Amino acid sequence: MNERSATAGQPVLALDAITKTFPGVKALDGVHLELHAGQVTALVGENGAGKSTVVKTLTGIYQPDGGRILMDGAEVSFPSAQAAADQGVTAIHQETVLFDELSVAENIFLGHAPRGRFGLIDTRAMSRKAQGLLDGIGAEINADVRLKDLGIASRHLVAIARALSVEARVVIMDEPTAALSQKEIEELYVLVEALKAQGKAILFISHKFDEIFRIADRWCVFRDGQFVGQGLMSDMDEKTLVRMMVGRSVDQVYPKRASVIGDEVLKVVGYCHPTEFDDIGFTLRKGEILGFYGLVGAGRSEFMQSLIGITNPSKGVARVEGDIKVIRSPADAVAAGIVYVPEDRGKQGAILDMPIFQNVTLPSLGQTSRSGFTRMAQEFALARQYVERLDLRAASLDTRVGALSGGNQQKVVIAKWLATRPKVIILDEPTKGIDIGSKAAVHDFMSELAAEGLSVIMVSSEIPEIMGMSDRVIVMREGRIAAQLEGEDLSPETLVRHAAGITDNARGKAA
Amino acid sequence: MTMLKSREAILTGAILLLLILIATRFPGFVAPANLMAVFNDTSPLMILALGQMVVILTRCIDLSVAANLALTGMICAMLNVAFPGLPVAVILIVALACGAVMGAVNGLLVWKLAIPPIVVTLGTMTIYRGIIFLLSDGAWINSHEMSPAFTGFPRTQILGLPVLGWLAILVTAGMALIMARTPMGRSFYAAGNNPHAAVYTGIDVGRAQFRAFVISGTLAGLAGYLWISRYAVAYVDIAGGFELDVVAACVIGGVSIAGGVGTVLGTILGALFLGVIKNALPVVDISPFWQLAISGAAILVAVTFNSRSGRTRGRIILKSVEKAT
Repeated sequence: MNERSATAGQPVLALDAITKTFPGVKALDGVHLELHAGQVTALVGENGAGKSTVVKTLTGIYQPDGGRILMDGAEVSFPSAQAAADQGVTAIHQETVLFDELSVAENIFLGHAPRGRFGLIDTRAMSRKAQGLLDGIGAEINADVRLKDLGIASRHLVAIARALSVEARVVIMDEPTAALSQKEIEELYVLVEALKAQGKAILFISHKFDEIFRIADRWCVFRDGQFVGQGLMSDMDEKTLVRMMVGRSVDQVYPKRASVIGDEVLKVVGYCHPTEFDDIGFTLRKGEILGFYGLVGAGRSEFMQSLIGITNPSKGVARVEGDIKVIRSPADAVAAGIVYVPEDRGKQGAILDMPIFQNVTLPSLGQTSRSGFTRMAQEFALARQYVERLDLRAASLDTRVGALSGGNQQKVVIAKWLATRPKVIILDEPTKGIDIGSKAAVHDFMSELAAEGLSVIMVSSEIPEIMGMSDRVIVMREGRIAAQLEGEDLSPETLVRHAAGITDNARGKAA
Repeated sequence: MTMLKSREAILTGAILLLLILIATRFPGFVAPANLMAVFNDTSPLMILALGQMVVILTRCIDLSVAANLALTGMICAMLNVAFPGLPVAVILIVALACGAVMGAVNGLLVWKLAIPPIVVTLGTMTIYRGIIFLLSDGAWINSHEMSPAFTGFPRTQILGLPVLGWLAILVTAGMALIMARTPMGRSFYAAGNNPHAAVYTGIDVGRAQFRAFVISGTLAGLAGYLWISRYAVAYVDIAGGFELDVVAACVIGGVSIAGGVGTVLGTILGALFLGVIKNALPVVDISPFWQLAISGAAILVAVTFNSRSGRTRGRIILKSVEKAT
């Protein structure tokens, strides 16, 4: 499968055996990638395959530990983001950083504005050039309006114009359609075609198979930081691509214990939200681990936040052990026995300046207080019980959480929720961004919780984790449940198919 | 936590050092009777600073405390003039209620309309002063119009310390209890230190901020009666600019302006530090210009301390972020 040069012709930009190591993780392990002039290359891979690391290597944010970067066949290096831009590599990121209070032209030329006399910014030239760029990509935007007056799609076009404001030969688009509506996506395709016609080499990163087959000329697959293969889109079909992307055995890594699955604990019926999700319904049994899989933006976290009362659903009923629970605030959810460990634990998890024991007892103060006053002894006892259970090592329970390591902070957050004695625990991307060793510990612990009769909902974008840990999987796509999979139906291929919306009879290139 | 404790130790040391320095030039200043007088004189600042501390903990600021004090004071004084026989207990209840209502107005605007606290309290500060003018027509109420019971209350001595000082001690004890031992006190720290996490934990951040403003307002109301009766005068501009001393006391006391960090003890020490400077400098014959400059320098030193401890925190967070990527 290692067809390193699928076509003749010199690539504009090529990666040759690039390696990048972070403490504990080999993010890129000898990967190859070729970008050709006037062609779109789709980079495909699961989360954690190394796509973002490649983008950062190409744009000078990371320096590779080994391997060569070649431009027109000559070895180059990108010691800084500026160096990459100077050599004609530009990226449109997933979430573009733009400035609301500045004009469109200022946003486009921030950092490299045309200078006039005395080194002052030549606003007129800047505005004129910006307008030229915007017209060039077919954006009907006035370069002099302030960015905050534009909608999301227009902002995206401004970001693209900014990327093109340097003389670009290579344009990297990192999931450019993730935040766009259908109509805006169509417009983006037109723009991509225009860039191709100008002879730019385009690297297109996407999880959506329909768009890969629609606009890409070449493909390249990474898996777990390793190069799987690359070639021409015309020789490729969806089935093969999915298999290359996920192909691996997952059994041995995951310590899922068989747990006794008991009675129904949570039943959700017809949960709806005007803009984020529609008609979500499922049941969860005692001791079960229910996986929620989907692409980024499928509405999984949004639904979970609604289930615990951060946002309110427009419709829908949640029953816990048969009783209808009206959950309109996180406090209601805790009272109903549903707790949520958010994805962004640094921001949404712990109170860093509070000692460990106060963090743990924060949602359980009713339990540890009497006549309105907290009782220190009870707080310490409760905190100690759960901290010991999670094997959290700290000098004392009075230690500030901010002084702990990331892994231990996470343990504090989990201890906090377990101390409320929940019936259902929702873990949102529980192992995102933690090293392999900690991952195994989290998985082990999750298994243990289920074995003890707690019901777990695990939101995850990592297929091996979903496959290895879940008793049953719900796949969400575009705010709806696309499939419920268990037993033999549950395979990496079916997961990807349902998440990406590939129907069984669609095959090969759509166009 | 140890960091904060050492910060309070540093502040205690600074106050002692200051007293020693003053004593070398003017030994009479450190006589017990005089120190008690300084404490008594600093009492309104301590009471207001404790309210302000709670507000700052929740990532807000209350600039209307001095105006609240002045308006409550004027209302109390006018009540006293109209009904000289009204017991002091009733006046106290009215003062607390007036202050609480004004605090609640701030709190509701911040909570329900999500207006930035600095804007809300800048607005209400002017409005409250304006209401005093409307009520009094700009006229002063002087000591001869007030009843002896009204003006005598804060000066009544118990065990050698006037009631004013005792009230400051009482408020300190009460606030210490609230902050350390009630779910509400805990919610102030949580809401200010990490609002996102607080929401997920089931804490209503907006309500916590509202409660903080009510506490701050109530204490300002209490200080309003005490101030007017102690100085036996009420007028529109009374305690003008005092809100800045209050904020300064908090900042010197180690309350982080970014929210979530601060203690009752630190705030009291911050207020006492300012109180000692204010009382000592005229005694040792230093010009008013230097008094202001020294107060200002103390604030800058305190803020530098805060940002330095903040930086250590930042480094720890970054390390985990680094690991995460």
